[in-house]
Amino acid sequence: MKESAGMGRGFARRLLRNRLAAAGGAVILFFFLVSALPGLFSSHEPNRIDIVNILRPPSAAHPLGTDDLGRDVLARVVHGARVSLKVGFVAVGIATVLGLLVGLLSGFYGGWVDAVLMRFVDMMLCFPTFFLILSVIAFLEPSIWNIMAVIGLTGWMGVARLVRAETLSLKERDFVAAARAQGAGDARIILRHVLPNTLAPILVAATLGVAGAILTESALSFLGIGVQPPTPSWGNILTAGKDNIEYAWWLSLFPGLAILVTVLGYNLLGEGIRDAADPRLKGR
Amino acid sequence: MTGGIYRPETDGALLAMVNVYKTFPVRKSFFSGEDLRVRAVDGVSLTVPPGKTLGLVGESGCGKTTLARIAIRLLAPDSGSIRFDGNDITRMEGEVLRVTRRQMQIVFQDPYSSLNPRMKVRDIVGEGWLVHGLARGKELRERAERLLVRVGMPAEAGGKYPHEFSGGQRQRIGIARAIALSPKLVVADEPVSALDVSVQAQILNLLKDLQEEYGMAYLFVSHDLRVIRHVSDAVAVMYLGKVMETGPVEDLFREPLHPYTRSLLSAVPMLGDAPSERIVLSGEIPSPIAPPPGCRFHTRCFMAKKECAEVCPLLREVASGRFAACHFL
Ligand SMILES: Nc1ncnc2c1ncn2[C@@H]1O[C@H](COP(=O)(O)OP(=O)(O)OP(=O)(O)O)[C@@H](O)[C@H]1O
Ligand code: SF4
Ligand SMILES: [Mg+2]
Repeated sequence: MKESAGMGRGFARRLLRNRLAAAGGAVILFFFLVSALPGLFSSHEPNRIDIVNILRPPSAAHPLGTDDLGRDVLARVVHGARVSLKVGFVAVGIATVLGLLVGLLSGFYGGWVDAVLMRFVDMMLCFPTFFLILSVIAFLEPSIWNIMAVIGLTGWMGVARLVRAETLSLKERDFVAAARAQGAGDARIILRHVLPNTLAPILVAATLGVAGAILTESALSFLGIGVQPPTPSWGNILTAGKDNIEYAWWLSLFPGLAILVTVLGYNLLGEGIRDAADPRLKGR
Repeated sequence: MTGGIYRPETDGALLAMVNVYKTFPVRKSFFSGEDLRVRAVDGVSLTVPPGKTLGLVGESGCGKTTLARIAIRLLAPDSGSIRFDGNDITRMEGEVLRVTRRQMQIVFQDPYSSLNPRMKVRDIVGEGWLVHGLARGKELRERAERLLVRVGMPAEAGGKYPHEFSGGQRQRIGIARAIALSPKLVVADEPVSALDVSVQAQILNLLKDLQEEYGMAYLFVSHDLRVIRHVSDAVAVMYLGKVMETGPVEDLFREPLHPYTRSLLSAVPMLGDAPSERIVLSGEIPSPIAPPPGCRFHTRCFMAKKECAEVCPLLREVASGRFAACHFL
């Protein structure tokens, strides 16, 4: 059966059977928990300066050591998780909504609407995304909100193309013709018949997109134009780590690991969703 | 001979299509860069009386689906006119068309692509009620249940999704959707071609029963002559976008007149009542991008003469109530 492989129970079962995807999901869940209840994972204040105890290696009191201001690294990594999560989700949320809008209109109406929108997409894709972000950020105050907006506003083109391609094929399906014959208008056909059928590939793109957004945020914060200290983010903890890498490896290793594991988690989950939603694509 | 050129009876007909043309663009010719077009429907006239079934038969690619979709204005013709229930719907658009569509519905060939996999069966069946403001919520649910039972589905089917059903059951759901708005015309585009033979008869009988009960007309498309004979009151035989022969079903099957109809029927031996000579249809169907000049059928016709390649025969009355497009009838 062609489209029985939807998002139903079979989908969940296939997803859970995929061990890598399940592991990715577990990592993500873990970091969700960390952001929701940071106190559970570290009793220290992330911004409490302790001049007496600067750059201490991991110990019982400070499981991941302290930084150059004597702040507890575990507390900072734990609180940084929330920043990463927030940036990932809000940025991808913006990108997905924009991409959906552009892709649906472009694919459904075709003609000059499609031509104009797709030329705009091409134009946006001409600039290397990171360069675009850097130049926009240069004009704005570096803040977490600006970061999220900029990552979102520069990351929707892939979703738009994906949704457009799906829409092009969906609008030729018989159930769309049937809806027309029933008297459904464009809005209803787009929202009720096309959009719900694009959600599986979008979920995949969004999951992978979160990984990308988290990486971008870390990179920007690392360069000092992202989340501003003293607010901890994995990227700006790394900046401090870079300056002290010769004698305080823990300051680089742990935020680096957090980024690596999280990004890997989202990628594994995203690919797992793709395989589970469409088992035919799975190459074994 | 008997009479003149075929003119569809527009008075009293539910659907009357006159001289309908439709082409589709195809990729440019690789060599000349010239714009090529598929001539899918190439000047077709036909009528469907209220409550009756016109069977439309022809080989794959001859334009049946295109014609059927034009009939209910899912497609607009390039030229020609379509009258439905006394109104010219050829260029109808927007809100007027949306409302008129309540009267004309369609059943598709593919029971998979014709049902939205993300919608519950009752919402599929009741979409027309919802968009025309006829029923919603609890009332829609109940009406959908009754309708589903009428087409031979369990009432609980309404709360499920299409993928939980077999091809035959899905076709029943598609039929329920088509009759939900009590249309006057239902276009059935190969409604049983994708089904197992055992299921085909059930669906055909369901369609016949529903026609008796609700009095709607069918434009019934099929490439299967047995199916056509079973369901039709009148038949139109298409070849490369044109109607080759049309007439009452009994006459046409008892004594096919057009060489193409004769070839088609002789390929299904148990159909002909009279022991017919076996005519083998040789060669391939020519491309509808560049159909043969003159009679479309001359490249494969066992009766073809020189003039067949030059002059296109018109569909005209060759015996009482019988129309065919051939120079030698
Ligand atoms: N949207 C379209 N774009 C381009 N060509 C088309 C389109 N729809 C139909 N055609 C072409 O028009 C011709 C007639 O197609 P149509 O689907 O009407 O035939 P059919 O008799 O229904 O065939 P089948 O028995 O295969 O369903 C074919 O050559 C087909 O390739
Ligand atoms: S006109 Fe000629 S080619 Fe066409 S059907 Fe008649 S005999 Fe055959
Ligand atoms: Mg067809």
